[in-house]
Amino acid sequence: MQKLQGIAVSPGIAIGEALVMDTEGFRIPRRFLTRDAVDEELDRLRRAFAAAASEIEHNRDTVARELGSEYGAIFEAHLQMLRDPRLRSELDQMIRDRHYSPEYAISRTLRRYVKVFQSLDSGPMQQRAGDIFDIEKRLLRNLLGRRREEISSLTSPVLVLAHNLTPSETANLDRRYVRGFVTEIGGAGSHTAIVAEALEIPAVVGTGPFLSDVSGGDLVIIDGDQGLVVLHPDEETIARYRHEIEERRTMTARLESLRDLPAETADGVRVQLLGNIEFPHEVAHCLERGADGIGLYRTEFLYLGSDVEPDEEAHYQAYAEVLKAMEGRPVVIRTLDLGADKLANYSPDVERNPFLGLRSIRLSLRNLPLFRTQLRAILRASALGDVRIMFPLISTMLELRQAKMVVADVMEDLEEHGLPFNRAVKVGMMVEVPSAVMMIDHFVAEVDFLSIGTNDLIQYTLAVDRSNKDVATLYTASDPAVLKLIEMTVNAAGRRQIPVNLCGQMSGNSLYTLLLLGLGLRQFSVPPSAIPEIKKVCRSVTIGQCEAVAAHVMTLENARDIKSFLKEELKKVLPEMVG
Amino acid sequence: MSMRATRTVVVTNPQGLHARPADLFVKTATRFASKIELVKGRERVDGKSILSLLTLAAVAGTQLLIEADGPDAEQALDALAKLVEQNFAENEYMRE
Repeated sequence: MQKLQGIAVSPGIAIGEALVMDTEGFRIPRRFLTRDAVDEELDRLRRAFAAAASEIEHNRDTVARELGSEYGAIFEAHLQMLRDPRLRSELDQMIRDRHYSPEYAISRTLRRYVKVFQSLDSGPMQQRAGDIFDIEKRLLRNLLGRRREEISSLTSPVLVLAHNLTPSETANLDRRYVRGFVTEIGGAGSHTAIVAEALEIPAVVGTGPFLSDVSGGDLVIIDGDQGLVVLHPDEETIARYRHEIEERRTMTARLESLRDLPAETADGVRVQLLGNIEFPHEVAHCLERGADGIGLYRTEFLYLGSDVEPDEEAHYQAYAEVLKAMEGRPVVIRTLDLGADKLANYSPDVERNPFLGLRSIRLSLRNLPLFRTQLRAILRASALGDVRIMFPLISTMLELRQAKMVVADVMEDLEEHGLPFNRAVKVGMMVEVPSAVMMIDHFVAEVDFLSIGTNDLIQYTLAVDRSNKDVATLYTASDPAVLKLIEMTVNAAGRRQIPVNLCGQMSGNSLYTLLLLGLGLRQFSVPPSAIPEIKKVCRSVTIGQCEAVAAHVMTLENARDIKSFLKEELKKVLPEMVG
Repeated sequence: MSMRATRTVVVTNPQGLHARPADLFVKTATRFASKIELVKGRERVDGKSILSLLTLAAVAGTQLLIEADGPDAEQALDALAKLVEQNFAENEYMRE
């Protein structure tokens, strides 16, 4: 048994088989054989070894011919490894006696050697680890041949383990079968975290290197609350976690009994609880929890699944599905928020500093046809329900006006073509750059609503890259500077009497609910799974209580004091929610 | 007429017993019927298994005990000791 500590980014517990993403993107299939399949599988193993050996011989000859014989020599060593009698007898024994599948046996055995080589002091020996990975891949490729299970067409549940997941990798995963994620790098707010949250499955990131300790098919436990990953768990640990899963089911069922009760404080002030979604199917998650609407519909994922740009119809179909399901409740659609960490296809060049680069609204304004396509689809969908348009990452007035002008332009276009849409569609912006807060009195005069995006606001305010583990601890919503910016935004919206919402991870964390209510927020957009918990907090407090909490917090000078004070206050109200 | 014999050698080539020397050692060892084992301190590995050999991480200066057990034990030790002493005759290896 081996435990890894990472950063908890999506709650929940999952127990299941590992899918290791580094083995060339295919899955090591089922782990055990039936007794009568053993001989056949041993034969398959022999054939894979023979095929791998002839590939290596071919490589050796080619390289020797083109570069000289000394360069072919490393392949001699690879061949010798394939012929290694110890290796073969270990594999035979695993297959014959333990009924491991050849794929699993190879991965297990070779990774053990990798581990030994990696632990050696001498440099050249550590390089041998790379040779072993090479041989593993070659053997697996030969073994699996055409039968290899592509990760896009899984047939049974898996926990995905990877060095780092790119948006296109997660987009290509068959999500129906993914039960959890672990990545070696990344921080809170990384792409993996967002996807895991959308799927409502546990995720742990930033564990540091561990992939050489695990093989596809191994049993793994992901504890998304504690940020723990357990490899090869023992029986006792498995039993403990199974029990934990049961307990949670009961707790969830209890919270779900709140579904049909309004989100209202104890003194009768109504709070709007909206859901954040990524994919149209998540509307169901929102409705199950009694969401008042969709506060953040992220549309990036329309762009990430394939290399081709989605056309207007693809956009429209997705939006229409969401709107129909929401039956008249508001749906805030955020225009594309791509660039930076999230997508490569549309970026011009490699950016030295992508978070300060051509992303979000800047990318849209630079690629007008792309932007217009999306806006046309959103506007057409506005004929079907309460659509609201939201621009991300607005940092200057000019940007906002330009974006609004494109909307007006597209409206004219639709009118000319006689296509129905809602002329009075509400247009708002995200507040996630400090410059927008400094100018907020000007902005509120030109938008119908605001939505505070804390994930980016925190990183731009504190100058912290949340996915850089060396500084990730500096990234916190509790920082007084961040809270001050939120307060300024809420007050400006209040003076103008326009709605202000808060999305981002902070709003789904019950630790901040009292404070945010006290600062005057009445709208929260949260991951659907967090709705019952936030509703429970709202129903347990009065606004007066919350205002007292906020007033005290705003006198504090550092994040740590604020966090511990908030913890104490929440404990007074709902002790069971403070871990 | 099985017999057991041992020989102590010191790895002198600068890179130690890395992939290519290990390959050559195994190639030589497998020419003989005798069982060959290598001992480094408390570790003992199969001399005909390249992966096992590599796990010894025998860098330059390492003292190794070669142990042969079988009908051609002496001949095997002669060949293997010569190989190690001649720095695995890398030139000869490269001609193969």
